[in-house]
Amino acid sequence: MNGQIGSTAVAVHDLVVCYDNHVALDGASVSVAPGEAIGIVGPNGSGKSTLLKAIAGLLTPYSGTVSVFGKSPRALSAGVIAYVPQVEDVDWSFPATVWDVVAMGRFPRLGMFRRFGKHDRAAVERGLELVNMRDLAQRHISALSGGQQQRVFVARAIAQEPKLLLLDEPTTGVDAKTEEALRKVIRELAARGMPIVMSTHNLERASDWFDRLVVLNRRVLAIGTVDEVLASGAYAQLHGHVHVHGHGERHQHDE
Amino acid sequence: MQRAFVTALLVGVLCSAMGTYVVLRKLAFIGDGIAHASFAGIVIAYLRGADYYIGAGIVAILTALGIGFVHRRGRVALDTAIGVLFTGAFALGIFLMSRQRTYSIDLQSFLFGDILSVNHQDVLMIVALALFVAFVTILLWRALLYTSFDPVVAQASGMNAQFVEYVLLVLLALTIIISLQAVGIVLVAALLVTPAAAAYQLTTRFSRMMGISALLGAISGVGGLYLSYFLRSSSGATIVLLATILFFIAIGGKQVKTALGR
Repeated sequence: MNGQIGSTAVAVHDLVVCYDNHVALDGASVSVAPGEAIGIVGPNGSGKSTLLKAIAGLLTPYSGTVSVFGKSPRALSAGVIAYVPQVEDVDWSFPATVWDVVAMGRFPRLGMFRRFGKHDRAAVERGLELVNMRDLAQRHISALSGGQQQRVFVARAIAQEPKLLLLDEPTTGVDAKTEEALRKVIRELAARGMPIVMSTHNLERASDWFDRLVVLNRRVLAIGTVDEVLASGAYAQLHGHVHVHGHGERHQHDE
Repeated sequence: MQRAFVTALLVGVLCSAMGTYVVLRKLAFIGDGIAHASFAGIVIAYLRGADYYIGAGIVAILTALGIGFVHRRGRVALDTAIGVLFTGAFALGIFLMSRQRTYSIDLQSFLFGDILSVNHQDVLMIVALALFVAFVTILLWRALLYTSFDPVVAQASGMNAQFVEYVLLVLLALTIIISLQAVGIVLVAALLVTPAAAAYQLTTRFSRMMGISALLGAISGVGGLYLSYFLRSSSGATIVLLATILFFIAIGGKQVKTALGR
């Protein structure tokens, strides 16, 4: 109903994003098909978060275009995009339980007047279930560990029942069990046709996570299946480069 | 006297309920700023023979939107912008007033409030504006809650966080305007922050926090006015002092609770 859903769910074309004086993305192009989970890798400052925010409609590009299901992200109806940011961005002493936060995922679709009904409760339950947080539903959010906070955000995104899921390094500071639970959730959602874009710093078992991989460093250095990208050497090259660069910077800092 | 109690109750409840957003969104300084800036509007309205609510209301809403704009677009730090704009507007009010030969506006009553001077028409205005603020708050309940906790994700999922913030600032401006006569410019920020800060200590749910805050505000408003009558003290100051005492009781209560919990 909302525009035509063709073979591309997300189309990013020649995207340039600037913050004040520095260029975060310099001509990045990526497209994501329905049911495809795409992983974005690259060093710190390579524009991973910026790319996700641009797809979510949180940034105004300097040039280039972003379209989600054929529309500009901000023109989409409420609830279409779910975005899972890095956890440190909110006030965890906010007066809310785990349930309250996950229930917020229902708000965009409910709008002002619709009642929070049976279906909404079921969606919240399902979100909590998928990330294994049902037992902690009544716990205050300040009493959660970092990994649990991350899971709450993922549960909220799932409860939203979005058409596009964006995740920004959701495995940072998360234990192995949570990581595996998250991987299963992503594969299940992708199998049901949801397009997923996720940034990560971890390439271990990447082919179990993603259908395709993007190596980003302000622009797309390589894109393809995980094997193709690893074989291209783009990531290894980048990694080497960054290591040297990072060392140089630290050296400068010491002076 | 009856009018004063009705006003104290309404102002206590409304300020404290809206204060929940002020505390959670860390807008305390903004509340203080809007109150001070509205003084210029009061004086201008007086000099032109216009209604106090209209003068103060226009200035308060314009400044509230102004800060919202600086907050979003400005390259100046928010607290700096508020510090500059609002002290400037406050000074303009005093400047205009000091040029009058006859000091027929009572400066003190605006600075510290004069709840006993509230007349029948004022009460009607306060009731109408309070109902309007309550109505809009209920209408935007979900959007206000989501954008208070996580504006970025709310925005990504298609809610207009910016619009909601502007609406909230206007609601706060209206809340401040109807409270000025009761508690005055200097003390209104306290009534916006103190009961909500106390409630924040006592609960872990948002709607309960708002309820407890409103209750503490009602107790402070009515109780403070009652006490001021016996103590022959300033009503605004007594109301705020009572709210402050309740705040410290809440903190003490929380300490005891956590101590027992261990």
